[in-house]
Parts: sequence; C-alpha cells; structure tokens
Amino acid sequence: MAKYAFFLGCIAPLRYPGIEKSTREVFKALDIELVDLTDANCCPAPGVIKSFSKATWLAAAARNLALAEKAGLDIVTICNGCYGSLFDAAHELHEDKKMLESVNKVLAEIGLKYSGNTKVKHFAEVLYKEVGIEAIKAAIKKPLSYKAAAFYGCHFLKPSNIKGLDDPENPKILDELIAATGAESMPRQQKMMCCGAGGGLRSQFGETALKFTKANLENIKAGGAEMIIDVCPFCHLQFDAGQKDSGFAFPVLHLSQLYGIAFGMDAKDLGLNVHATPVKL
Amino acid sequence: MVAPVPGFTDEIAKNGGATVMLCFQCGTCTAGCPSGKFVAYRIRKLMRAAQLGLKDETVNSEDLWQCTTCYTCSERCPRDVQIVDVVTALRNIAVVNGKMYDGHKKVAANLIKVGHTVDNNDKIKALRKELGLPENPPTVMNNPAAMADFDKILNLTGFKKLVA
Repeated sequence: MAKYAFFLGCIAPLRYPGIEKSTREVFKALDIELVDLTDANCCPAPGVIKSFSKATWLAAAARNLALAEKAGLDIVTICNGCYGSLFDAAHELHEDKKMLESVNKVLAEIGLKYSGNTKVKHFAEVLYKEVGIEAIKAAIKKPLSYKAAAFYGCHFLKPSNIKGLDDPENPKILDELIAATGAESMPRQQKMMCCGAGGGLRSQFGETALKFTKANLENIKAGGAEMIIDVCPFCHLQFDAGQKDSGFAFPVLHLSQLYGIAFGMDAKDLGLNVHATPVKL
Repeated sequence: MVAPVPGFTDEIAKNGGATVMLCFQCGTCTAGCPSGKFVAYRIRKLMRAAQLGLKDETVNSEDLWQCTTCYTCSERCPRDVQIVDVVTALRNIAVVNGKMYDGHKKVAANLIKVGHTVDNNDKIKALRKELGLPENPPTVMNNPAAMADFDKILNLTGFKKLVA
C-alpha cells in the first residue's frame, strides 16, 4: 500500500475542512495511506510569504520537508500553493548544495536536518499517475453526470520546466480525472487563466482579483458548465466567496469532494454547509 | 528625476532575479499577462525598469504587487527569463526597504501568530468536529513546542523584524 505524509496547509483545514475530510476518505478507498505530517507549518504561501522574504520561505518550507524526511515519507498536498512552495523549495534545495547548507544551519537550531531527498506530489498527480484512471473508474459507486468546468489553477502545472506533469497551455490531467466519474469536462475560452487570488492580490487588491474571477465565470458560463471543479483550496475560496453579488452561483467543488460524491460518501461528510455559494447535489 | 541606482541589478541578482538581464523586450509577457488585462500593470515595462537599475520606479511602484505569480509569462518567455523570480526578488527588496501593504502585513501577522496564513474560528471548529476531525488540525497551531520551533525559524531568518 502506498503511503504518504499528508500536508494539510492552511485554507483546506481552516476554511474548507470538507476538502480535508473528502481527501482522507477518497485516498482510503483507493488504498493509499495518508499519515498526518504532524507539527507542520504553513508551506509557506508562495505568492505572499515568498514575496516578503525568500529566506524565511525557504527555511520554513525546509522545516516541513525535513519533518517528512524524518518520518521516511514523501509529501502529498491538496493545494496548488502548498504544492508550489514545497515542490519548488525541494527542487532548489536538491539542486543547490550551498543553499541546502545554509538552510541546515537554521534547521540545526531546532534539532532538524534536511538531506534534500523528500519528494513532493500533488494529490491530483497521485490520482492520475499512480492510481490511474482505470482504478478510479473501478472505485466509483455513483456515476455522475454533471457538466463541469475544470479549473487547474497555476501552481499545479507551472513552472512546467521543473514539474513536467502536463502541457501547461493545454493540459488534460484534470479533464480526464473529472471524466472518470462520468461527469463531462466542458470546454471554455482562456481555460488556464488564473483565479486572481494569488501573489497577494486577494489580500491587498481584492477588487482586481475579482476581475480575474468574473472573467473566468463568464467563460465558464459560455462553455456550458454547471459547476466548477478545482484542485486548490485557494482557487476554491476565490470562486466560492467571490461569486457573492456577482450574478453567478456555480457550485464549487474540490476534486476530492467530487470524488467523495462519486465514491458514495455521505453528503454531510463533504463539509458543503460552509460553502458561501450553495451546493445542491 | 528618474535616475538609475548603481548596483541595483546586482541586488536583484542576489535576490534570485539574475535572468532579468536576458530580457530583450519582445512583450510576450505583457501579451499573456492576465493582470495586464484589468489594470495598467505592464510586466515588460517592469522588466525594463529593473534592467536599467531604476529602483524607485520598480520597488516603490504599486505595479510590482499586481502579479498573481501565475507563471504565464515565464512559460512563454523566449529568453527564459524567470520573470516570477524577478518579481519576487523586487518584492523582497521592496519589503526590506519598508514598503509593505496593510493587507500583506495581516497575512504575515497570522503566520507569526499561528503558523498559518489564516487562523481557526468557532464555525470551522464546529464543522471539523461534525466531520470527525480534531477542532485544530494536527499542525504547529496545535502544539506549542512545534510552534516555538517555527517561531525560532521566523526569528533566525529575520521575518518578525522585517514585517513589523
């Protein structure tokens, strides 16, 4: 049985715990063991904390990577931001021994050491590349027939030169993962446009961030989708909360919640009552 | 008067943005930039100002904070300029020079307080309980000893002083 250190991040456990719950249930159903990465800190967020201090970002990310290394496990994340930070930090520390050395000087002060060997994976990557579409189809108890808009977000696939998961301009991973449930992934213009939340925009320039969101919502509507499926709690938050007073009301589900429904989870275990835009199944 | 600051490009390089010097101003970045569709931010111009050593025009500009780090520009750049890394370098320099917005200070304050960018609240605690999850996730926020370790990292890397 595959086994991973489960990195929770911030927005999933502290704003949409249904995402955390669904991921736990879905991975259990697929025979993948998730061991909590106990005592982990924020990834830290690539757009904000890394923008303030790269040194703090790298040392704090290295603490998470070192905790996983100590547990002898690779990391799985449920958030593009966490994936972006931890993957990029792991990559830099693997490639740059001098940087690793200086980070280890900080970690030594708290009794940790990082050798540079932790691998970081996105949960959708694990589903697609390790579990595989056929095994997912076999686990489905309730085939779905929704028309869905696949929202990849930015840090899942990019920078593609180091992640190499899929074509960043015309990807298929999430579309196929959605289609595996029986749901239809609808086409749309500007499919890879950012949700608007990242880089500190949501926290400081919220109105500009909402302009991204609205442009995406218009494209989603024109494409004929009836719900949004994301792989990132931060995109999830931006779309769920960002539809207030917008004239749009697309239910927003994290892929783990969509799989929760398809795998026969009880609707009350999906944590949907905390969603700002109502989700009626 | 617009004036270049000697050594500024070296400072950008030291902060991880050395590839800015490779930019030949084709504008592919601006053409694909989603922010540029909504606000006056022009990433090509920011790269040019950085190359010319125009510190004030880059680090003190609101434009610098209009990037969502979506990487569309970096992916398409024909010169392989790591544009997001340049933006990050410029932002780090801005913050060192005391330029930080209130909304960003709030995020930094949360990180210092609970080790996460957002705090827990009663509504979430109740829902977590309903879902059979512990009220607090099993992270630094639930273990004072781990939080003390994290706090040490913030101190050792100068974060608290930086964002105060």
